[in-house]
Amino acid sequence: MSDDAIVVENLTKKFGAFTAVDHINFSVKRGEIFGFLGANGAGKSTAIRMLCGLLQPTSGTATVGGFDINTQTERVKLNIGYMSQRFSLYNDLTVEQNIRFFGGLYALSNSRLLDRMRWVVEMAGLKGRETTLTRDLSGGWKQRLALGCAVLHEPPVVFLDEPTGGVDPISRRNFWELINQLSAGGTTVLVTTHFLDEAEYCNDIIMINAGKLFAAGSPTRLKTDYIRHPILEVSFGNGNVVDALETVRAQPWAIGTSVFGTKLHVMVEDEIEGKRLLTRFLRGKGIDVFAVERIMPSLEDVFLHLLDQQAGVDMVKA
Amino acid sequence: MNYLKAVRPIVIKEFRQIRRDPTSLGMLLVLPAAVIILVGYALNFDVKHIPLAIWDQSRTAESRELLEKFRNSEYFSHEFNVFTYEEIEQLFMHGQAKIALVIPSTFGADLLAGRNVHVQILVDGSDANTAGQGVGYAARMMNDFSVRMVTEALTRKGRALYVPIDFQPRVWYNPDLISSKFLVPGLIGLILVLTGVVSTSLTVVREKELGTMEQIMVSPLKPGHVILGKTIPYMGIGLVSATAILVVGYILFDIEIKGSIIVLYAGIVTIILAALGQGLLISTVTDSQQVAFMIAIFSSLLPSFLLSGFVFPLSSMPVVLQILSNLAVTKFFLIVVRGVMLKGVGMGAVWEQFAFMLLFAAIMVGISTKRMRKTTG
Repeated sequence: MSDDAIVVENLTKKFGAFTAVDHINFSVKRGEIFGFLGANGAGKSTAIRMLCGLLQPTSGTATVGGFDINTQTERVKLNIGYMSQRFSLYNDLTVEQNIRFFGGLYALSNSRLLDRMRWVVEMAGLKGRETTLTRDLSGGWKQRLALGCAVLHEPPVVFLDEPTGGVDPISRRNFWELINQLSAGGTTVLVTTHFLDEAEYCNDIIMINAGKLFAAGSPTRLKTDYIRHPILEVSFGNGNVVDALETVRAQPWAIGTSVFGTKLHVMVEDEIEGKRLLTRFLRGKGIDVFAVERIMPSLEDVFLHLLDQQAGVDMVKA
Repeated sequence: MNYLKAVRPIVIKEFRQIRRDPTSLGMLLVLPAAVIILVGYALNFDVKHIPLAIWDQSRTAESRELLEKFRNSEYFSHEFNVFTYEEIEQLFMHGQAKIALVIPSTFGADLLAGRNVHVQILVDGSDANTAGQGVGYAARMMNDFSVRMVTEALTRKGRALYVPIDFQPRVWYNPDLISSKFLVPGLIGLILVLTGVVSTSLTVVREKELGTMEQIMVSPLKPGHVILGKTIPYMGIGLVSATAILVVGYILFDIEIKGSIIVLYAGIVTIILAALGQGLLISTVTDSQQVAFMIAIFSSLLPSFLLSGFVFPLSSMPVVLQILSNLAVTKFFLIVVRGVMLKGVGMGAVWEQFAFMLLFAAIMVGISTKRMRKTTG
């Protein structure tokens, strides 16, 4: 068996005339946390559903845990855990009954089930709440319980589809600690997200848009490989960041522009020259600039920059 | 994986969920018996005590003798004596009388002279069922009366009566023609199909909405396991509610099971299977509980009520509807349940109905298993 837990080759899914996943290729190393990034509707969930054996690919192949998703679906299912953004639990069952149900699905022996139940309850911080109805749990608890149920049978590969949607920031952070623990224990974790700050925790990342893969690599490599130009962050004393965006975007020296909260990120050819041009231009427009600083690009910068470029390419093609 | 072991967690979970939801369970178990009581007493086609108005223009011993027959009958209740047609019309208009008897002034004299006598019966036809039955009862009484008059006249002359056809009807299976004996067995079918289709369609769609169906589909469980696991608990509930209906029917309406209880229960199991199949099929083509509920109600209630022969005789329907009625699986069950309960027939008489029900169930379950495999979530 190779070192790769997941190998995807030319995986494609069409729904009628619409191509949801378009010839994507990637591989995931054993035990790593692999981020699957893309906007909503980019094709992340469709790709994951194919890898889980829930959907038949239109063409292309993939192996998960060494098993072919087209021909060895049953073996694949025994070797994966899956958790969706909906935290699919039975709200009208208790914590313990939910765990027992998922244990039953994977035919765990009684002693192993008890063992794993103790582990899940511990991990999710649900000690003393075993007989609480799941509907009475908070979002963070439900999320951790759902993860526990998904890995009850200790699968070597775990798919997490938008696992942090709809929970508070502290629960999100705790959840990522759990993902790290799983990975440290040798489990391969493939996680989709549209939170780009979360992607920083991943060992490797792919970004997809409109079903096509457009960037791959570790977070650091993505930042250095794709962002060749300095990025300046502009903070404003007052005034509207959107107005500034509109005027700056039209300038020839601005390679890329995007809004980050109340701040504006501008990609320029050269740091010193860029700062000078930018400050002068905004002052001339009567916009009060508080500070202009060069920053390290974030994954969000990478993502938006690449999307911009792709949109440009698409426009040229059209 | 071992089949039983695979199905077990689903069955246990379903039972736990059903127990957690006492309202639904109550609906499934208590409602059927309550409906039986309601329908058994209220839905009654036996027409009795039809309010009768009489205009006796003759006022003779002979006319009183005829009227006596009407007064003593439980089919009519003599409420008004009238003296004009206007009065009759008023009574009909206000719904106080539904039938009126007009005896001409020459009634007594004509009868004694051996002439033909005309008696008029007026009926309020806005209530077709009562009108039809009322006319029937009245005609029978007139006929009895006529025969007696002839017999008496002939006897006086020392001759015996010759009646060309001696009509002696004997009603089998339900000699008193009590509607509830016909309706209650039919209701078992109606209720089992309705509750079976609705509850199964909701149980699968609920899991789709919740996302747990997806969670089950990524597990090694096969669609067949899931379907079987979901069917068993509802089969159990269906059997309990069918038994409740039978017990209530026996205690309150004296409805006994003349035939084999085994054949009856075989029929009940088969119709529940067919209903569960239909519910599963609905659940695989819908994504929301609301839509599933609507389709389930329409697709089970309408055919079961209208096209099954539950109350409306199929033989008097247009041919197109008669052909369509074969899609209403309840129809076949009603033939079985009425045959077994009222007539005491055995498997030999109803095997074709069993075959149809099994075919229906097989098609439904087959399509839904296929669809469930294709579209998960």
